[in-house]
Amino acid sequence: MSTTTHAIQPLRRVEGIVAPLDRADVDTDQIIPKQFLKRVERAGYGQFLFNDWRFRPDGSPRADFVLNQPGYAGAAILAAGRNFGCGSSREHAAWSIADYGFRVVIAPSFADIFQANCYQNGILPLALPEDEVARVLGRAAAHPGYALTVDLEACTVADAAGWRLGFEIDDFRRRCLLEGLDDIGLTLQYESEITRFETR
Amino acid sequence: MNARPTTLFEKVWEQHVVRREEGRPDLIYIDLHLVHEVTSPQAFAGLNTAGRAVRRPERTLATVDHNVPTTHRSLPVADPVATRQIEALRENAAEHGITLYDMGHERQGIVHVIGPELGATQPGMTIVCGDSHTSTHGAFGAIAFGIGTSQVEHVLATQCLLMERPRSMEVRYRGRLGPGLTAKDLILHTIGRIGVAGGAGHVLEYRGEAIRALSMEGRMTVCNMSIEAGARAGMIAPDQTTFEYLRGRPRAPAGEAFDEAVARWSTLGTDPGARFDRVVEVDLAGLEPQVTWGTNPGMVVPVSGRVPDPADLADPDNRATAERALSYMGLEPGTPMQDIELDRVFIGSCTNSRIEDLREAARVARGGKVSTRVHALVVPGSTAVKAAAEAEGLDRVFRDAGFEWRESGCSMCLGMNDDIAGPGERCASTSNRNFEGRQGRGARTHLVSPAMAAAAAVTGRFTDVRSQA
Repeated sequence: MSTTTHAIQPLRRVEGIVAPLDRADVDTDQIIPKQFLKRVERAGYGQFLFNDWRFRPDGSPRADFVLNQPGYAGAAILAAGRNFGCGSSREHAAWSIADYGFRVVIAPSFADIFQANCYQNGILPLALPEDEVARVLGRAAAHPGYALTVDLEACTVADAAGWRLGFEIDDFRRRCLLEGLDDIGLTLQYESEITRFETR
Repeated sequence: MNARPTTLFEKVWEQHVVRREEGRPDLIYIDLHLVHEVTSPQAFAGLNTAGRAVRRPERTLATVDHNVPTTHRSLPVADPVATRQIEALRENAAEHGITLYDMGHERQGIVHVIGPELGATQPGMTIVCGDSHTSTHGAFGAIAFGIGTSQVEHVLATQCLLMERPRSMEVRYRGRLGPGLTAKDLILHTIGRIGVAGGAGHVLEYRGEAIRALSMEGRMTVCNMSIEAGARAGMIAPDQTTFEYLRGRPRAPAGEAFDEAVARWSTLGTDPGARFDRVVEVDLAGLEPQVTWGTNPGMVVPVSGRVPDPADLADPDNRATAERALSYMGLEPGTPMQDIELDRVFIGSCTNSRIEDLREAARVARGGKVSTRVHALVVPGSTAVKAAAEAEGLDRVFRDAGFEWRESGCSMCLGMNDDIAGPGERCASTSNRNFEGRQGRGARTHLVSPAMAAAAAVTGRFTDVRSQA
């Protein structure tokens, strides 16, 4: 069905540099602070991603923040600690991550609403065991430019040094990501069932 | 009939399944969709681009709360970007036939305050809003949760959501709240116990004598902060307290229809013997007023306590998080909480801005004076709460004590309007989040109950409100 109102880019295989953000409980207020929620557009939020950690109040970049370090330029995979994306439901968090260029976020766990928002925007929220995430964070921190290949068709994540791990993901969400499907298009197929429910 | 005993959550969920198919999320029907200016413009834009209508405008209710000014309602909003967002909601509501309680309307207010106030929030409903504190409405025995903007568009277009059924979790309280303790202390203590991700993937049901004894407003405070424990939603079974609250409200059923509704609502509670996927017990014995010390709501101690030492934490992630939090908060381990001096006090937000909250705070503030070092703000949760408080003379109590008395809105809970704290300023706040920068870049937030906030305003530091009375 071509009823999507914002195109979701299919996600099959992502090969990219990992940006390590070794913090637990990163809330969506940090991912995108409230002053950037006043716009009515859906695009252009990448510039605000992690604003208060990434920039000083005068707007100059903070050299100690991972996204400002040249070795992580062009990263397509963000790795972080557990309970990533907690707090506010603002989808602007997912929009800013996608607009910055990330297609995959790896963490031991995700907050529910953030995870749902990722799926609506063609981002894979990839939950891996805590020790494996720690390993990825450690590698990426020690070797800027460290890259992973995430294969959603095979459900594997691997690096160039031979490390390889299978992962599990809800099959429905996997198919939606692979094909770039949006929920509205799917639900509209059940129009008659919704009407029946409403008139019962 | 010998049906399997089920939980409140299961009953309400199962009543809303439009379609269930193996290997897919359930398609569930949404009874009430609340809309505000910040998370809806892109959803309406998507709808308009696709040429779709709002499926059930009468099940959709809009207000402006997040970025409205709390001063000078008669003047235009100074921020042009915020103005555009507010105007977008006006246009979208008009175009799609949605009721909007705009600035200046007697029913305007924080979306989670006005839903219950109108009687629009009812037991057994499914309720969503593009706001994580939608969990508030679970206090009525509704399944209520926050969604992102894409899902807002989905509900506008289809009145449904595709969603995996969450798991259920019982939070069982032992004992009752002692004098001077509030629903806020109960829920902050609970989040401290189970952690900020402790409820992830679950819908909580709060149970026990202490919950039954709470007013509807207290129950809303508890359910409001379910999201701060990472839960999808929080619920409390409807009872006589719920029914009496709803009786006579503008959108509640009236006359015979009300009695029929009560009969139906009375069947929703968890059956004896029903199984929850998880159970936690929280003992309320010895509970004190709670104060947060860090940068998430789980970082909480009793008011008689001290700032914790990260070195005492075994888990390295927790230690690193606590160290970061203390550095941001400008606090030293071991500092008694009652020695911490404040610059600001905020009484408001969808957690604690209802009439009972304001009465509690006014009781403590009455006859006192706000400390010269403190700038204190009271922001009623709705225009109706403001009017009710003024009819009781609470505005005079606050003004005489040196608090500012404002128009309703989200205000300093998230600081999208001009109500923010400055870098390094320390604020005792009745809101729900003490995240870095939440109340302004570099601002330091401590979460407390309304009575504790009022006591802190007067003494200029955290004070056990039980010693004030």
